[in-house]
Amino acid sequence: MTFFGLPFHDIVFYVLAAILLYAAINVIITRNPVYAALYLVLAFFTAAGIWLLLEAEFLAITLVLVYVGAVMVLFLFVVMMLDINLDKLREGFWNALPVALPVGGLMAVEMVMIVGTRHFGVDKVAAPVAHAADYSNTAELGRVLYTDYLLPFELASVVLLVAIVAAIALTLRSRKESKSMDPAKQVLVKKEDRLRILKMDATVEKIDVIVVPTEEAK
Amino acid sequence: MQNISYDLITALPEIIVVSMAMLILLADFFIKPANRIVLYILAQATLLAAVCATLMTYVPSVGYAFTNTFVDDSLADILKLMTYIGTALIFVYSRQYIQQRNMYRGEFYALVLFSVLGMMIMISGQSMLTLYIGLELLSLSLYALVALDRDNARATEAAMKYFVLGALASGMLLYGMSMIYGATGSLNIAEIQSTLMSQKANSVLILGLVFIVSGIAFKLGAVPFQMWVPDVYEGSPTAVTMLISSVPKFAAFAMVIRLLAQGLGTQAMVVEWQQMLIMMAVLSIIIGNITAIAQTNLKRMLAYSTISHVGFILFGVFSASMNGLSSAMFYVASYVLMTLAGFGMILLLSRKGFEADQLENLKGLNQRSPWYAFLLMIVMLSMMGFPFTVGFIAKFSVLQAAFQAGYMWLVVFAAIMACIGAFYYLRVVWYMYFEAPNDHNPIVAPLEMRVILSLNVIALIALGVMPEILLELCGFAITKSLS
Repeated sequence: MTFFGLPFHDIVFYVLAAILLYAAINVIITRNPVYAALYLVLAFFTAAGIWLLLEAEFLAITLVLVYVGAVMVLFLFVVMMLDINLDKLREGFWNALPVALPVGGLMAVEMVMIVGTRHFGVDKVAAPVAHAADYSNTAELGRVLYTDYLLPFELASVVLLVAIVAAIALTLRSRKESKSMDPAKQVLVKKEDRLRILKMDATVEKIDVIVVPTEEAK
Repeated sequence: MQNISYDLITALPEIIVVSMAMLILLADFFIKPANRIVLYILAQATLLAAVCATLMTYVPSVGYAFTNTFVDDSLADILKLMTYIGTALIFVYSRQYIQQRNMYRGEFYALVLFSVLGMMIMISGQSMLTLYIGLELLSLSLYALVALDRDNARATEAAMKYFVLGALASGMLLYGMSMIYGATGSLNIAEIQSTLMSQKANSVLILGLVFIVSGIAFKLGAVPFQMWVPDVYEGSPTAVTMLISSVPKFAAFAMVIRLLAQGLGTQAMVVEWQQMLIMMAVLSIIIGNITAIAQTNLKRMLAYSTISHVGFILFGVFSASMNGLSSAMFYVASYVLMTLAGFGMILLLSRKGFEADQLENLKGLNQRSPWYAFLLMIVMLSMMGFPFTVGFIAKFSVLQAAFQAGYMWLVVFAAIMACIGAFYYLRVVWYMYFEAPNDHNPIVAPLEMRVILSLNVIALIALGVMPEILLELCGFAITKSLS
């Protein structure tokens, strides 16, 4: 199936790549951080589409679920809640530009020269073999993850544990003024702590009856 | 993957360390603050158990585990043993200091042990993936440790700086690794080497190499990636500075060996990275030694001294011979021993609410305590490279290796720079012996710290007089794993 002399596969790639580039550039140049975050979501979606073309469906779905579904939503919340002063962030932009532009341009040219077709062209790197329709990318990933890459996988979990420990150690504070309940202390309360029983003599005090003279008696 | 029991036995020291770190985290929950010495004992027991496990599983041959992502050779075992010893010394020296600064918690010991795990993984990394994850584990633990004293604004600032620049360096390293992966099609160090044997250096490989060397230089603290070193050293709590400046250098050295000498150690690539390392070594020695003269803060001064020591270590590495690499390893080992003793002295002189991190605080130390003044003098002389100390042997052997490799003028230059550096080390000695004290508080420290610190300093002299054992050990480790 070809359109305008290009295979359908290629057309999908070029469309997705164009949207991806458009979205990525807009993430940087747009003024409103909420729009920037939404453009980033678009960039993730199109990147996931390109991964689908490469038959990496598990990664594509994970990208959408994790980045779009969780990370970007959190990010949007943060952007909306924080009052970010954009003008302050943009200060010094024009001063830095004369230095930044040549350096950035130079790096871009270098990278194009190196990751371009001269070293990674079709004649240098063989095209990936297309798999049968029942080939499961997820199952293959799972197989190598728990066999060949067992050690890095386990270590990655230790890295996450360190991140949790660090986050808690650096941010958790017990505030003195907070009126929180401690259920452990509550159940440990005994009757003696709360109830004071006084022994009193079983006598009845004699009450003098005061006769209030009424108006009529006067 | 066929032989999981072999894999598990090979990685036994790592498994012990990670399990005990988690145990300490849990135990912290059940232990009253008054009994936290239990955590300290558990942490030291972990290191002891790791020493035993490493010694018991030692085999002279090279073993690959976890489908060639993990290597267990003599170099790994010896570097790991040095790491355990260094960390044990850190625990001894830092106990009183962290007690006085609200850092005496389970997290401190757990995070230090996690960083030790990261170092062990870097030392044993046979795949770029494992090396990178080990590095991240180490770095993340260190960032958290710097900020652990969270009410200390300077420490938080230092942690932020370290985190941002460290993340940048990790990114560069990762980008370089991806280039090497793209050029060779493998993450495995041995496979990369065998692929490169038949290849000439092309621009993809060079770009990857540049980024990898930059990442390593950042972690080592070599010029031009040294900006973070003085600020982080000065801002961190001294106990953490001691950790950052000492044992991770073993891991960084192992990474240099694995990536540069093994993976990219083919004839065509060695020529390329030699030039980069020569530049970094020369610049590090110049900037380290000259800037240190202007410092009034002892921790900043030691930071610049570290930069110049890294320059000397790189002298051994760029010689790219067995002799050069083994003398670089000897230099790293003696550097760690000297640094631990140096920061141990700062910790000893500090007390609750007072940091002895200014040069002025050392004035008249001889009158306050002749023994400690003597110890610090030995440390300074050893860092300077005075004969009969280990620092002299270390400098001598790396320069000799560079001389043999044909870099005569660089060796002469390094020797001149070492003489300039002698000024600021001797200034410390001057302050201690020829100035009147301005601080008359007694120096209080636990008995075990005083004894072990003294032994540490005596070891500097002992290794300076009889360096043969350590020299042979380093030579043995390097020849076993590189030939």
